[in-house]
Amino acid sequence: MSEPEHIVSPKIYLTIFLALILGTALTTWAAFQNFGRFNIVIALAIATAKATLVVLYFMHARYAEKRTRLVIVCALFWLAIMLVLTLSDYKTRRPRMSRLVSPAVCYPV
Amino acid sequence: MWIFLVTEVLFFGGMFLTYTINRHYFFTAFGIGSNTLDITLGTTNTIVLIMSSFTMAMAVWSAQTGKKKLVPLFLILTLALGCVFLGIKFVEYKQKFDHHLIPGYGFDMTYRSTHPAPGDEAKEIALEKKEVEEAFASDPDTNAHAQLYFSLYFAMTGLHALHMIVGAGLLVWLIKASLGGRFTPQYHTPVENVGLYWHFVDIVWIYLFPLLYLIDRHR
Repeated sequence: MSEPEHIVSPKIYLTIFLALILGTALTTWAAFQNFGRFNIVIALAIATAKATLVVLYFMHARYAEKRTRLVIVCALFWLAIMLVLTLSDYKTRRPRMSRLVSPAVCYPV
Repeated sequence: MWIFLVTEVLFFGGMFLTYTINRHYFFTAFGIGSNTLDITLGTTNTIVLIMSSFTMAMAVWSAQTGKKKLVPLFLILTLALGCVFLGIKFVEYKQKFDHHLIPGYGFDMTYRSTHPAPGDEAKEIALEKKEVEEAFASDPDTNAHAQLYFSLYFAMTGLHALHMIVGAGLLVWLIKASLGGRFTPQYHTPVENVGLYWHFVDIVWIYLFPLLYLIDRHR
């Protein structure tokens, strides 16, 4: 490696570790509160925040070279293509799909 | 290593996608399936895994700063925490076998609430019974749809556990090499790459935990 590598200090690791534990406590607490349809949004937001901390600090993405960052962005981009296109397909075909499952599920009274 | 992790993101992404679609169609069945999971064990496991990620990060730091004695120590700690995780997962799987919640011939969502074991709390059982009855009232095919939830539960946590086992194997290899003082500030790429892999597996669990354990606790 030509560039000297960045060394993350144990202090930062410890802070991130504590933040992750806090996030776990928070998401468990939030799951027992009734936020209606926002429960899942909150759960995923906390999970994404935790994952971001892991990628940025534990996996050193924050200090990584541009090429590595590009690879990470690619992963997210391709994942987004897969999720968005497939889900929009399912969403727009729902009436047809519903014939495959019991009417009670698709047409609740 | 990062490129390999990209393929892994899409590999697990496909399973998360399948989960999302089925959860959308079979909302109630997924909810009662999720509520049968043991939240104490699940949370403990999340904390254990985060701790192991921390010790792994510290192993990388020790290698980078040339603390040759600390490298194997942190790696052994990581391996031990990984084994604790797998042990707890084993206990959870065993519970599902006992409660007839393995997809297949014997699957019965009502089994646990109608056959309480001596150690079960009556209140908890009554709550589960009510929940299961409500689910069957709104969807007569609850058993079939809850099986979908458990199929996905076992596929996703199973694949995750398989990754942990592979990670544990890699750790054993690193521990062996680090005991011989193999890793120095000049050469520690293996420690770093196994670290990346280990953290990735941690991230998968960070998403699995709320999606599998916590989706329907608020009722």
